Amino acid sequence: MNNTNIKIAIAVTGLVLAAILVPTFERPPVQTSQNGFRGTGMEHVVNPRLRATTVAANQAPAALDAADNDGDRASTLYQNVQLLGDLSNAQFLRIMQAMTEWVVPQEVRDAGNGCAYCHNIENMASDEVYTKVVSRRMLQMVRTINNHPHVGQNGVTCYTCHRGRAVPAEVWSTLPMSRAGLQAPTGQNQPSRASAGSSLPLDPFTPYLLQDRPIRVISGTSLPGYNESSIQNTEWTYGLMMHMSAGLGVNCTFCHNSRSFADWAQSPPQRTTAWHGIRMVRDVNMTYIEPLTPLWQANPNGPPESPRQVRLGAMGDALKVNCATCHRGVNRPLNGAPMLQDYPELRTIRDGPARSAALAPQ
Amino acid sequence: MAMLSFERKYRVRGGTLIGGDLFDFWIGPFWVGFFGVTTAFFSFVGTALILIGAAKQGTWNPWLINIAPPDLSYGLRLAPMYEGGLWQMITICAIGAFVSWALRQAEISRKLGMGYHIPIAYGVAVFAYITLVVIRPVLMGAWGHGFPYGIWSHLDWVSNVGYQYLHFHYNPAHMIAVSFFFTTVLALSLHGALVLSALNPPPGEPVKTAEHENTFFRDFIGYSIGTLGIHRLGLFLALSAGFWSAVCIVISGPFWTRGWPEWWGWWLNLPIWRN
Repeated sequence: MNNTNIKIAIAVTGLVLAAILVPTFERPPVQTSQNGFRGTGMEHVVNPRLRATTVAANQAPAALDAADNDGDRASTLYQNVQLLGDLSNAQFLRIMQAMTEWVVPQEVRDAGNGCAYCHNIENMASDEVYTKVVSRRMLQMVRTINNHPHVGQNGVTCYTCHRGRAVPAEVWSTLPMSRAGLQAPTGQNQPSRASAGSSLPLDPFTPYLLQDRPIRVISGTSLPGYNESSIQNTEWTYGLMMHMSAGLGVNCTFCHNSRSFADWAQSPPQRTTAWHGIRMVRDVNMTYIEPLTPLWQANPNGPPESPRQVRLGAMGDALKVNCATCHRGVNRPLNGAPMLQDYPELRTIRDGPARSAALAPQ
Repeated sequence: MAMLSFERKYRVRGGTLIGGDLFDFWIGPFWVGFFGVTTAFFSFVGTALILIGAAKQGTWNPWLINIAPPDLSYGLRLAPMYEGGLWQMITICAIGAFVSWALRQAEISRKLGMGYHIPIAYGVAVFAYITLVVIRPVLMGAWGHGFPYGIWSHLDWVSNVGYQYLHFHYNPAHMIAVSFFFTTVLALSLHGALVLSALNPPPGEPVKTAEHENTFFRDFIGYSIGTLGIHRLGLFLALSAGFWSAVCIVISGPFWTRGWPEWWGWWLNLPIWRN
């Protein structure tokens, strides 16, 4: 090959590479918010064109017309109303309608069978449809979440996670671990969706969001001699943090000053919110989601009459909650819309254990 | 005067880029030149401004002196002197001094009839600096994206800016730059060891020459790039390291805003293996 041929080959290779790679990048202008003293790099860079898409995908729906609070209470009007008995009839029917629109699949609603998704239409008080038992437990969960410091005054409704679907779009379950090729038992050396596309551990959720394993790995001393954690622990923690960043559409410096990840005094206040959020998700998974597994195992594709939608993960465990379940790429779910304010009914869910005869599979 | 007897014949006038004979003389061993004067001017002014900043900051601890860029809200405008204006002035002085120094190298190269390899090589380092404090801030729309001038503060900036993209090791240009840095070190260590071993034979034996050096590497890895070639290779490796470093930071922000691991989606989604 003479020089000319080599030059042509290099030029063609370069053009092909450029044609593949250039479209993979973004372009200016970008927008940056400054979240710390100037020159510290405590910044958040966003692409306004991508941001607009995310914001548009997180709009809260218009609220139903408010209901009056007059008349007899639902507990005296209906049988077996355990959690919403303090509502008026109008409020009770309003929240039932809202829950139908928030959770029941579109096809079922369009067919006019919304109520039947959870109720025996012949006997609305009956707990025989398992989805009603799940809903009751979910209402208790909503009560717990709305009393949690993580959500502040904004609160949550069913819609915050469900968005008109029976199963929220962003959930996680235990993954079957492949040991093919160079893969470690943690699932390393394969892109991890949970860890925002890195090769960090595939499942950072089980230890931290289903169990309460310690997340902190940084030494408290200048030399690491007394640090009990390992590189593996660190990568697990890093994986969880990658999930939190991607799930909220933020970066590490949103909650941490990386000159000392551990030091609260140097951390932005958002880290406190995130700390509560981790505890809240743990509580949700441990107390509410995981114990309902038998019901989902008995109905792995949802109610028999409805469109098939899987209720279990690949390993037969429940579909569980992580940060992205509510946040969906924005640091305040539904762009910070205070949706709970429009549904005061959800603030009156009764405390105390609900008596669901059907908590065991039927 | 620290000058070897034969150096005198290289002290030739002319070859300047600007100003003709102006400043075309020597002070002791040092040639002055127009760009020598501008280098000295910008260096003194810039250093004085740093000292003013340190006095205003209230520390003379060299580790802690910090000249921070303006708030992002100033955009690409001038900032008040003690709210980032000092950083802007010092940046102007630094670029003035660095560019003057490169042009001074070019003038000396011209006097000696050499190639421009030295100013070009030094220019790559200056280009990397200008990328950090001018090109990237302009692309992102604020001088506040420059790094702060301070031994510790600039490290904090590097760390935080890296974590803005979640995992900087997934930045493709960072990967290339790091590989070139390591390869530079590898080449330099092999070359340095080779020269020292050729020049330090056992007692009583003559110093070895290039033929021995070439033969060592032909026996070792089947190829010797040669005495001239190793220096060309070293220059290429070192300049590539600096160049790709500049690329890796200029694409972070202006041309990618998310975590760097996510950028590799195009690779994972190639039609060859996507499922």
